[in-house]
Amino acid sequence: MSSARDRILGSLRRSLGREELSGEAKAALEARLAHPTANLTPARSQLPHAGQVELFIRMAERIDVTVARIPGRDEVPGAVADYLASHNLPTEFRMSPDPFLDAIPWERRPLLKFARGRAEPADLVGVTPAFAAVAETATLMMVSGPERPATLNFMPDTHIVVLESRAIVGTYEEGFARLRTARNAGTDGRYMPRTVNLITGPSRTADIALTLILGAHGPRRLHVVLVDGEES
Amino acid sequence: MQVSSHDFKARADKALHDPNLRQALSAMEKGFVSKRQAAVRDLPEFDALRDRAVEIKNHVLENLDHYLERFETQVLAQGGKVHWCASPKEARETILALLRTVEARTCTKGKSMIAEEIALNPFLAANGIEPVETDLGEYIIQLADEPPSHIIGPAVHKTKDQISDLFLEHHQKYGRTARQTDPQALVNEAREILRQKYIDADAGITGANFLIAETGSTVIVTNEGNGDLTQMLPRMHIVIASLEKIVPTIEDACTILRVLARSATGQEFSAYTTFSTGPKREADLDGPAAFHVVLLDNGRSAMIGTELQEALRCIRCGACMNHCPVYQAVGGHAYGWVYPGPIGAVLDPHFVGLEEARHLPSASTFCGRCEQVCPMRIPLPKIMRYWRQQAFERKLAPPPERMAVQLWAWLVRRPALYHFATRIAAYLLGRFGAERGYFRRLPLAGGWTRGRDMPAPSGRTFHDLWRTSGRGRGEAE
Ligand code: SF4
Repeated sequence: MSSARDRILGSLRRSLGREELSGEAKAALEARLAHPTANLTPARSQLPHAGQVELFIRMAERIDVTVARIPGRDEVPGAVADYLASHNLPTEFRMSPDPFLDAIPWERRPLLKFARGRAEPADLVGVTPAFAAVAETATLMMVSGPERPATLNFMPDTHIVVLESRAIVGTYEEGFARLRTARNAGTDGRYMPRTVNLITGPSRTADIALTLILGAHGPRRLHVVLVDGEES
Repeated sequence: MQVSSHDFKARADKALHDPNLRQALSAMEKGFVSKRQAAVRDLPEFDALRDRAVEIKNHVLENLDHYLERFETQVLAQGGKVHWCASPKEARETILALLRTVEARTCTKGKSMIAEEIALNPFLAANGIEPVETDLGEYIIQLADEPPSHIIGPAVHKTKDQISDLFLEHHQKYGRTARQTDPQALVNEAREILRQKYIDADAGITGANFLIAETGSTVIVTNEGNGDLTQMLPRMHIVIASLEKIVPTIEDACTILRVLARSATGQEFSAYTTFSTGPKREADLDGPAAFHVVLLDNGRSAMIGTELQEALRCIRCGACMNHCPVYQAVGGHAYGWVYPGPIGAVLDPHFVGLEEARHLPSASTFCGRCEQVCPMRIPLPKIMRYWRQQAFERKLAPPPERMAVQLWAWLVRRPALYHFATRIAAYLLGRFGAERGYFRRLPLAGGWTRGRDMPAPSGRTFHDLWRTSGRGRGEAE
């Protein structure tokens, strides 16, 4: 008996009324895959960068994401401490072992205690960077790697994201274009990390009588510390 | 799941008299319909994006063999594996064999309609592996031992009170003895119990909204984050997907994503859209050590080139059932198989046989709302008509029904006789129904009037009214 693979491909080609693709038809499909291009994208986010940052903040509010905008990296510890205090949360958190977060002067708030690494079941608060953020729908783009364990995006009750405003782009497609550049993507499509998480608001469910409840399995709270920095 | 589509009429009748179901379904208009409307209004490009999404899927279906092979190459290159399965049986056995390699005793599951299609849970349980549903809706119906009644809200037929009772009954073994009635408290209770299940599971099974040929990624879209915990904590991640889920590039997925959440829940974007590519990388601190994609055909390859091909564009958003007057009246269980509502009426006859499911394509008022809201512009009513015709040609309907259709066909081909007969019928119905304005019961149509009233006509036919109003003669208003 032939393999299921052969049977399925055979059945598909019978239905399509042709043999395996070759020549020009095949080359056209391969070119489409080697050079992905954006299809139609909404005009909503086609703004100068400052406008995209504003749009991100506006859209974030609509989906229960809180944003604290600060002028520079040095203010991050204060912003994190203030947020935790205002929600009566412990001053302890787990942080991605990421160079950008490491460079933050955490010692300015000596009460903050943190450990680096992947999330553990007991962690109540997680602090992570974001690779990019999409203004269109206030979507955070998280890219996994040794320095950015994906468990931190999902396990702690409270997720604090330190986002540089220059990481804000208009569309998802622009976010992925940046990812391809950052990972030196060629034309072979082998640039993806284990996971890319597009996160748009805290975890939610409407499975009980269509009533919206936050914090189904992932974080109940999502807070963005938006760092303006020199560039923008 | 057990197929019971042949029983549609009896199940629909029962549904119409179930007060809990009536209460649960009454939330749909506010929960789905108005939210979708608002989301569509907020995106001027919505219709243009639908057109683009349709083009992408049509292109994929014409080149499906090529894209599937490319997808497999990429998954392999990233350290994963693709398992091609022609039938549900092959898929179940493949999954069991994979689970055996990690000596799995429990596995967590994200929501997957394909898992329902292949009836995975009972099979795993029979083989000593406990499947744990983690999507809250799926978890609720797993406790209730019921199939899903909606493709994105599996427990939409349950009231809050019913869920309170279920949790009380099933959570005692975890020491939870108080009956919770607040939705937030119910969610918290399930969250705490399921958190440990993710940690204890030996493998996690998810579905996929997309498979990306460019990169070999699988994509899931959820709001709860359950699909993510399911795939990142255990040692093995198994993705089950049917083969039409493929799209060429990430950009193509982005286009369809823009219409998916808006059509499904009326959100701009779902909370979590996750692209998973291969197992965890060498220095990663978390993620599954093994990554498998089980690719199911189950007769889909044979749908291409037939009247059913366009149904393969479906992205399982649920909009067609949310807007269907029949679904809203009878709920999903009446349909008797995995896919309810208009898309179920189109797909189920293919999967379970027209003999079994012949009532489903007839359970339609042909109001056309499903096609209007379908983001993928699937001509659902047209395909339902195709099935009806098939049922007639294959003589599947009982003789009285067939005779009625034949009589009708004979009558409408004779205009003079038709006008005469309809005029008499309209006159009689108009006279006898004038007082009440409707009929509770009609001779020869007892089945039809059991669940609804027949409005009384005005006493004159449409043709007559048209003629006397002058519009029939082409006069200007
Ligand atoms: S048929 Fe259309 S509306 Fe219905 S679930 Fe599929 S894509 Fe959505």
